[in-house]
Amino acid sequence: MTEFPQLSLHVPEPAVRPGGQPDFSNVKIAKAGVVPRPEVDVASEEIRDLAYSIIRVLNRDGEAVGPWAGLLSDEELLTGLRNMMKLRAFDARMLMAQRQGKTSFYMQHLGEEAVSCAFRKALRKGDMNFPTYRQAGLLIADDYPMVEMMNQIYSNESDPLRGRQLPIMYSSKEHGFFTISGNLATQYVQAVGWAMASAIKNDTRIAAAWIGDGSTAESDFHSALVFASTYKAPVILNIVNNQWAISTFQGIARGGSGTFAARGLGFGIPALRVDGNDYLAVYAVSSWAAERARRNLGPTLIEYVTYRVGAHSTSDDPSAYRPKTESEAWPLGDPVLRLKKHLIVRGVWSEERHVQAEAEILDEVIQAQKQAEAHGTLHAGGKPSVRDIFEGVYAEMPAHIRRQRQKAGY
Amino acid sequence: MARMTMIEAVRSAMDVSMERDDDVVVFGEDVGYFGGVFRCTQGLQAKYGKTRCFDAPISESGIVGTAIGMAAYGLKPCVEIQFADYMYPAYDQITQEAARIRYRSNGDFTCPIVLRMPTGGGIFGGQTHSQSPEALFTHVCGLKVVVPSNPYDAKGLLIAAIEDPDPVMFLEPKRLYNGPFDGHHEKPVTPWSKHDLGEVPEGHYSIPIGKAEIRRPGSAVTVIAYGTMVHVALAAADEMGIDAEVIDLRSLLPLDLDTIVQSVAKTGRCVMVHEATLTSGYGAEVVALVQEHCFYHLEAPVVRVTGWDTPYPHAQEWDYFPGPARVGRALAEVMEA
Repeated sequence: MTEFPQLSLHVPEPAVRPGGQPDFSNVKIAKAGVVPRPEVDVASEEIRDLAYSIIRVLNRDGEAVGPWAGLLSDEELLTGLRNMMKLRAFDARMLMAQRQGKTSFYMQHLGEEAVSCAFRKALRKGDMNFPTYRQAGLLIADDYPMVEMMNQIYSNESDPLRGRQLPIMYSSKEHGFFTISGNLATQYVQAVGWAMASAIKNDTRIAAAWIGDGSTAESDFHSALVFASTYKAPVILNIVNNQWAISTFQGIARGGSGTFAARGLGFGIPALRVDGNDYLAVYAVSSWAAERARRNLGPTLIEYVTYRVGAHSTSDDPSAYRPKTESEAWPLGDPVLRLKKHLIVRGVWSEERHVQAEAEILDEVIQAQKQAEAHGTLHAGGKPSVRDIFEGVYAEMPAHIRRQRQKAGY
Repeated sequence: MARMTMIEAVRSAMDVSMERDDDVVVFGEDVGYFGGVFRCTQGLQAKYGKTRCFDAPISESGIVGTAIGMAAYGLKPCVEIQFADYMYPAYDQITQEAARIRYRSNGDFTCPIVLRMPTGGGIFGGQTHSQSPEALFTHVCGLKVVVPSNPYDAKGLLIAAIEDPDPVMFLEPKRLYNGPFDGHHEKPVTPWSKHDLGEVPEGHYSIPIGKAEIRRPGSAVTVIAYGTMVHVALAAADEMGIDAEVIDLRSLLPLDLDTIVQSVAKTGRCVMVHEATLTSGYGAEVVALVQEHCFYHLEAPVVRVTGWDTPYPHAQEWDYFPGPARVGRALAEVMEA
């Protein structure tokens, strides 16, 4: 009989913990412009490399280079920058509002603004996103009113969701934004179903599914890939890899797989990995995937490599699980600063105009905030009615819920 | 009118609905080309094409998750979970998604889906093909839960479910698919062709969800049942010669409380029967409502006859299944109290 050693369990650990020197030497970053841009009807097995590399357009000098560059005009890029700045300013104000006790909870996008803001540009009116809690850029970039978002965050008398949902769990069919659930991964497979429905009806609209690195471990992620692959659903399967799932580093969900994008290869789904902090690269790759979907070529899986600079939410302190200075060491930089630099290099932007734009945007956000607060905040001013607890469970209120509403005094 | 089994009635409901509304789609494991393991969807793919009736991967959370997405788009998916026992991987999608989409989005999105699932025992299915998980659905606000007991109701209720604007769990007692089983497993099977409720209109009709039906009027004791147990209760009442009033709930959520209260106020005695396990079962809710609304009419403690609080066994099926003998003993007990 062969003697084998005792077994031992492998538990992955991040490279560094609090107190250590941030180290991202394990994040292999391709040079901007070097990853080829295949035709949209390419077979997934012909572009396996794209699931392991990182597609980048902006180089260190702020120039747009390579085959994925040249898709957006000055005007479009300036709007993109404004959207990201607006999202950042919105987040800063709402984070402060939460600290002032005006709401119970908040989740910001700091460092990840390019992903949802640039992606929105790849979609058309009528397409549907099935987002997670960190894609408010989809709304901001579609000019959804900030006041409505704040009304929801404050759960005030004008909250479109009547106080029923945790802050930031927006819903807007009109803006192609499916109601956010709050539990994880369920929306991923729903997006595939929406896309299948569009194909069943011979429509032209497409869907976009969203998930974080951590939640790819959920079975709904795998169900979604099976269904998307089997029925060639017109859906873009987005994975936002921001390195951290609350306190858990991405290696716990990824396991031995080289990248999250590589998960798509086993399903025969073209899979691409992109610099999530590069507005131009995010737009280029997502519009490539959107074109595939619109041409009835089926799903595309995209991993956006980015970094969650802030806490997961207002309920955790990142310094308890990662070095405080880790975000400064993140090798893909800041999405707002990178696009700003590019626009300056293009000769259509300047430091002065940027400072001026920041002030204008802050003013716009503060005006919206004043307007929202006139309708109340979580613990002060106008509130949704107690009746709203009982309405809308069903299209028609059944007798037992009516009895309970009466018991509550309404 | 035509003679139909419950399988044919369910199939006819989907056929009629697909014919009337292009947005109705049917899918699930083995339901496409083959027509389902119980043959409920036989012929639908041939008639409506494979984009309206198709096979799904073995992934219940995927089946229900995609159905929810389709409903958000505007379709009306009527999907099959091959056995109710297989629904657990989809439980998150059912309880936290389908049931709450209307509420959490304040009606911005809705979820008009139907999940059909064969339920209950009596076919030697063992612990994973015999369960009655209805209470796991009735505990969830936002769902509707329907359990038909005959072909006529099955068709009318399934059409109502497909046309309903909210998610409906449609539990089909599989032992009733081919005949009105009364628990006498030793006797030959009675076919639906010999039963009044096997007479089913071929066209469109619907039965409102939330209305019970009195199957046997009586004045001595009220028996509340649904699905297979309706037939067991009827047999028990006949065999015991007790003037029992047997109520077929048909819809568990919403519940037709008025019919129950009127009956118990009249009889003063009540027996609740279901095949599912006892503890925290659906009967617990009904019995609580009976004491709340009929306490001063009651002349005896309310009794429950249910499956035992154990997994559904294989070889000992007939010692687990609450057959007419056990229901009969409960009737006698309540009458003597």
